[in-house]
Amino acid sequence: MATIQFDNLGHSYHPHPSKPEDYALRRLSQEWEDGKAYALLGPSGCGKSTLLNIISGLLVPSEGRVLFDGLDVTRCTPEERNIAQVFQFPVIYDTMTVYENLAFPLRNRKVPAADVDRRVRQVAEALDLTADLKKRAQRLTPDAKQKISMGRGLVRSDVAAILFDEPLTVIDPHTKWILRRKLRQIHEEYRLTMIYVTHDQVEALTFADKVAVMYEGAMVQLGTPQELFENPQHTFVGYFIGSPGINLMPCTLGNDHALVDGIAIPLPERAVPAVGGRVGGKFELGIRPEFLELTRSGSAGSIPVQVTGVDDLGTSKLATVRLGNHTLKARLSEEQEVPALDAAIRFPTRWTKLYRDSHLVG
Amino acid sequence: MDKVQDNRAWFLIIPVFLIVAFSAVVPLMTVVNYSVQEIFGPGQTFFVGTEWFEAVLKDDRLHDALVRQIIYSLAVLAIEIPLGILIALGMPGGRSAKTSLTLVLLALPLLIPFNVVGTIWQIFGRGDIGLLGATFRAIGIDYNYTNNSAHAWVTVLVMDVWHWTSLVALLCYAGLQSIPPAFYQAAKIDGASKWAVFRYIQLPKMRGVLIIAVLLRFMDSFMIYTEPFVLTGGGPGNSTTFLSQYLTQMAVGQFDIGKAAAFSIVYFLIVLLFSFIFYTIITRTGEGEKK
Repeated sequence: MATIQFDNLGHSYHPHPSKPEDYALRRLSQEWEDGKAYALLGPSGCGKSTLLNIISGLLVPSEGRVLFDGLDVTRCTPEERNIAQVFQFPVIYDTMTVYENLAFPLRNRKVPAADVDRRVRQVAEALDLTADLKKRAQRLTPDAKQKISMGRGLVRSDVAAILFDEPLTVIDPHTKWILRRKLRQIHEEYRLTMIYVTHDQVEALTFADKVAVMYEGAMVQLGTPQELFENPQHTFVGYFIGSPGINLMPCTLGNDHALVDGIAIPLPERAVPAVGGRVGGKFELGIRPEFLELTRSGSAGSIPVQVTGVDDLGTSKLATVRLGNHTLKARLSEEQEVPALDAAIRFPTRWTKLYRDSHLVG
Repeated sequence: MDKVQDNRAWFLIIPVFLIVAFSAVVPLMTVVNYSVQEIFGPGQTFFVGTEWFEAVLKDDRLHDALVRQIIYSLAVLAIEIPLGILIALGMPGGRSAKTSLTLVLLALPLLIPFNVVGTIWQIFGRGDIGLLGATFRAIGIDYNYTNNSAHAWVTVLVMDVWHWTSLVALLCYAGLQSIPPAFYQAAKIDGASKWAVFRYIQLPKMRGVLIIAVLLRFMDSFMIYTEPFVLTGGGPGNSTTFLSQYLTQMAVGQFDIGKAAAFSIVYFLIVLLFSFIFYTIITRTGEGEKK
């Protein structure tokens, strides 16, 4: 197990990168704690696989260093770093049995036979593969094959970290859920440092202690699922996490309020100093549908709106309202009534976020 | 049964049937017909039953040719398959000028007609004007394929290796290219040695194309005719007289039509037997992969 540090890490596939867009991974300095489960979340092409391959050692970064427990491993091979990795599609050795597949990484490292046997049986038990141990790996279903791939990652007890590159892509939804819980259990039991790449927010949020959201090569936020939800540091985090994503409206600024299409919306106090000094840049106001309050007009601080639709989602309702030229979503509880004619919304200042050039300023 | 009976599809198959009948079935039946008759000339034929088959099976020269043939085909496989795999493993991957150049170079021998290959080597090996023959002579090796059986035999073998190893290499290369990079990365992470990567990833993934390569090379070498014919006409002595050579001598040289026909059928059955064995192996492999 190891603490992983990124020191001014960056990577570009261009030989002579000049502008930020040339970078598949933009400058990054961070420290990831030992024994925690991390998720790298983002759409395809955001740089998450690049970062994963740099951590695993399959790719040498063009800039900066990677440190494991303070030791520079930037140029070390995956073997020297002692990491395990599970790939998107099952990688199995066709001609071997399940047992031989699981034992392969240990036997290559000349682990004594008795230890190999013990570890293989433990991992097989954890992944429900015990019954298949003697079968030829080639004959199994894709689910089972992916379990073998994971097993080969988990079987080594001394790894610095286990990396997962969208490992559940080929698995059907039900098994996906079971396997994710299994991984979570294994993590809690052995306290392995796990890094999990995915584009599925549910997968990331349920699996990881901390989620790193990536967007266009930059890591826009690293935080617990709760932090990502309540305090998105970047408009992309607001948009990508949550379903539906955050409501965003371009705005101009007054003294202690924001103006959206001429309508004044009170700003949180913490945003005011940020507003004062800086005038340039594109400002946006954001609030999550879960925090936008729908009331009757006339109550204090409310802004009249027009309700254009209500979707009943079974456990909650989703109201669509129009404010000026903008369409906003508000999540309501199942019992709450939706005012038909005199509807209004209120922006609780605690949850109202101000973004400047997509970055949170207050 | 509520299946609609509609036999009109048969009409679409009739042209193919006719072509196959005229090009394969009728000639084959003619051969079967010849094989049970003594033929002196047009209209002068006598039914002799299985006499020709008995003669063919007892023919010592044929036995020699068959043994020579089997040793030759096995030698071809033993050299071309491992050599082809080695070349494929050493070939550059990806889309680069280097890859294209290698592919073109490898494909070149395959484009040369059989008799031209024979002629090239016939001249190449000559002691007076051929580069190979003259070089051997210059360094003191008495190389002469026209009067030394072993030299002739080895020359035919080397010619085949030169002509056809590319095919094996290209097939193996295609098999290797279809392996996703994740397999190599996983093997690296699992700490597998180079040999283990070959044994557990590359070889199993090449299995399908290797069976095809073995089948093609076996069939082709088993029916070799043109190269030894051009080089020495089957000599010196009978040292490079393989089955098809002997068959031609019998049929066209001695006009022993009946015996040659019986020989053809035995030859055909041997080829068919091997084809069946390989076909069975190929289909079994396919099933294994599906499960």
